[in-house]
Amino acid sequence: MDARLDLAGLTGARDPIAHGDVLLDVRNVSLSFGGVKAIADISFDVRKGEIRAIIGPNGAGKTSMLNVINGFYTAQHGSIVFRGRERRAMKAHEAVGQGIARTFQNVALFKGMSTLDNIMAGRSVMMRRGLFWQMLRHGPALAEEIEHREKVEEIIDFLEIEHIRHTPVGKLPYGLQKRVELGRSLAMEPVLLLLDEPMAGMNLEEKEDMSRFIVEVNRQRGTTIALIEHDMGVVMDLSDRIVVLDYGKKIADGPPEAVKTNKDLIDAYLGVAH
Amino acid sequence: MASTAGAAGGLDTFPKYLLLNAERFADRPAMRFKDYGIWQSWTWAEQLEEVRALSLGLAELGVVHGDKVAIVGPNRPRLYWTFAAVQALGAIPVPVYADAVAEEMAFVLDHAGVRFAVVSDQEQVDKIRSFAGRIPSLGDIVYDEPRGLADYDPEKLHSFAAVQARGREVLAADPDAARRWEEKVRSASGDDISVMLYTSGTTGRSKGVIVKAGPAVRATLDTVGFDALTEKDSVLAYLPLAWVGDHYLNYAQSYVSGFSMACPESQETVPQDLREIGPTFYFAPPRIFESLLTSVTIRMEDASRPKRWLFRRFIDVARKYGEAILEGRPVPLSGRLAYALGDVLIYAPLRNVLGLSRIRIAYTAGEAIGEDLFSFFRSLGINLKQLYGQTEAFLYVTAQKDGEVRSDAVGPAMPNVDVRIAEDGEVQFRSPGQFAGYYKEEEKTAEVMTPDGFIRTGDAGFFDKDGQLKIIDRSKDVGRLRSGALFAPKYVENTLKFFPNIKEAVAFGHGRDFCAAFINIDLQAVGNWAERNSIAYASYQELAGHPEVLRIILAHVGEANLRLSREELMAGSQVRRFIVLHKELDADDGELTRTLKVRRGFIGERYHELIEALYDGSTEKYVETEVTYEDGRKGCIRATLSILDAPVHGEGRLRWREAAE
Repeated sequence: MDARLDLAGLTGARDPIAHGDVLLDVRNVSLSFGGVKAIADISFDVRKGEIRAIIGPNGAGKTSMLNVINGFYTAQHGSIVFRGRERRAMKAHEAVGQGIARTFQNVALFKGMSTLDNIMAGRSVMMRRGLFWQMLRHGPALAEEIEHREKVEEIIDFLEIEHIRHTPVGKLPYGLQKRVELGRSLAMEPVLLLLDEPMAGMNLEEKEDMSRFIVEVNRQRGTTIALIEHDMGVVMDLSDRIVVLDYGKKIADGPPEAVKTNKDLIDAYLGVAH
Repeated sequence: MASTAGAAGGLDTFPKYLLLNAERFADRPAMRFKDYGIWQSWTWAEQLEEVRALSLGLAELGVVHGDKVAIVGPNRPRLYWTFAAVQALGAIPVPVYADAVAEEMAFVLDHAGVRFAVVSDQEQVDKIRSFAGRIPSLGDIVYDEPRGLADYDPEKLHSFAAVQARGREVLAADPDAARRWEEKVRSASGDDISVMLYTSGTTGRSKGVIVKAGPAVRATLDTVGFDALTEKDSVLAYLPLAWVGDHYLNYAQSYVSGFSMACPESQETVPQDLREIGPTFYFAPPRIFESLLTSVTIRMEDASRPKRWLFRRFIDVARKYGEAILEGRPVPLSGRLAYALGDVLIYAPLRNVLGLSRIRIAYTAGEAIGEDLFSFFRSLGINLKQLYGQTEAFLYVTAQKDGEVRSDAVGPAMPNVDVRIAEDGEVQFRSPGQFAGYYKEEEKTAEVMTPDGFIRTGDAGFFDKDGQLKIIDRSKDVGRLRSGALFAPKYVENTLKFFPNIKEAVAFGHGRDFCAAFINIDLQAVGNWAERNSIAYASYQELAGHPEVLRIILAHVGEANLRLSREELMAGSQVRRFIVLHKELDADDGELTRTLKVRRGFIGERYHELIEALYDGSTEKYVETEVTYEDGRKGCIRATLSILDAPVHGEGRLRWREAAE
């Protein structure tokens, strides 16, 4: 039981940035597809240890923003500073190597594989032994696999998914698949976790569970989280700060109380009649 | 008492057994728990160490003799250790149902005057803190799982690990502390309260059943002897911690016999954990056996044709010879050979899948179990038996002996238990483990205790010819026919409901000339039958009124009457006339409770015309019934229902004729 407590320091240990400092700084980023401007000159930052929400109506550029952050897309203008290092283009696997993990709006798991194997797959980036040793599955590679398996079991325990350990994820209900996906991204022990609509399509109880897990990941593991979510109740409860996008532009940025009363946001997003 | 003889010589509390087991079974497993995907285990010596550290830690928190300590959570080693740790201090564990809502939990904690609470996790801490202000006696809370509690105000809140660590500090600082603790355990009195178990409170507020240590141990010794349980047995503890069955069958029997108890990884993993542990002693209510059978049936339907054939073929063999072989009755050689082959091909693999491979003794109780269901498991070679018990008895009142097992009775009185049937048919007992009273409820205690020391169960029953007790109904529901014969509606209804085609039945007869019934068909079972026989129907109502369906139900009622006629007391309650209802009884219409029990009184009023028709000799009746749809709209269905006469058997028929003449 107490092994779990060790996790708290794990992710923060290798990071020189102190709690509350800027972990990720997005500076004047623009992205367009042909003539469509998905993101227009957007700047915001994510501080270490916070839960940062990105909200906005459909097509506002939220997912594009996440894709730029983790290297899926390359921005045409502007730069991104992550853990003090500035860069413009980055391959997705480099982002993973730097400690950025994400989940997707549409669950992207290996449907035919079990929960356990999916989460194990999340740890493959951390395996030190080469393919040769892994295939031999002997000596150091085996010791390493046991070590990884222990970490995976901690995640399974943490997310309360013991009962589906050996179930192929394709057979699981949607809410549980989302949880497995979160598990896989946690397996990478990320410094920054990007969640794209973690509660989409969930019922109230599943949302409550998921909220609890997100808060716990943040508090216990010290993981910084940037999330996109449409459920305003969840967003207002969970996040420390919120950035609001509309048609590729940033229209508001601040703590929930400030954003809640922002008139532009209300117009753009909550759609209250004038 | 004679039963305290043997190795345990006169021990009268469970912590005393802990000390004994740590000596006699030092290296044998006492507890297992699957954590992080791996089974962890603790020997009796290690269990003693865990309990002692916790106990001393609790003493440091201020737990003293007579304090009540609530225990709330799922089946976890740490919570089971809490029982012994608390008992070792002479304090009283009060387990509470973990799924109780805050209001119910507040009532129990307040009523019991709980001073401390040991709980599983954040959810329970939140629940207790939500009402802690209203319970002045309540002090510190100890939690097992630290998740989510890091930011909580640490005042009066301790982690389980921290409390144990405090206990270990005491042990390290004072070399004499362990000896003094053991001395305290050894000098404890059997007259101390061992546990307070709150009844689930289905009828009114829950009551705190006080069980004293000496009687609790005496009762346990009897049942451990009855089923010859030893340190080599094992169980999986998966039923609610606060229920007498779990506390008795697992905790109490484990301490007295020394067998090992396993705790599942989580509630959802129980079937898999069962398979991995392979317990030798198992208890489950009938509905769990029912769902096991359903899952087997469903999986077999998806199997390939040869496998299905093989399965059916050998299940037939098992049905024919299985129970006889289990009970050691004579079986022809060909039967034995066929069964042995079936065991290799079907039964053993099936037992393995269900996690019942190593079962030596399995019990079911709580409600009536269908004969087919019961026989199915027994025919696979699983020694499934029935027992009858109550919280007030510290569980056992009667239980079936190996080899003398039937589905429709619950066995003879346990050793050292006296059972008698009162004038009005109520079952009363006096047992070694019987409770000392309801906590702070002298009046209610007096209601259930007779002046000569027997306990009223509130159940009506009778002893069968072979000395086995049969429970027929709650005694307040039992009535009389006009002839004076006993009328137990639930017994009649259950007899009818054992036919898969009959989903629900409501029997009438109190103060009447004979017994009559409403019957609901089971849409799934009868629908399947209709499909196989190319019988078209458009609605439940149409299917329920189909002449072929009525013919089938009539045959079932006749069969049920035959079964009733074989029982002296029930022969008068054979169903003479019945109606197959045109609609399903539904909780939305108030005909069933939310837990799907029949509300006989309400149905009696709602359908009084139909009931009159049952007794006035008419052969059909036109009715209009208002129904409530799921979306809340109301509608009305009209139907002309046939009223059928069922064949009756034996003596009952004669009486009916006499009455008619």
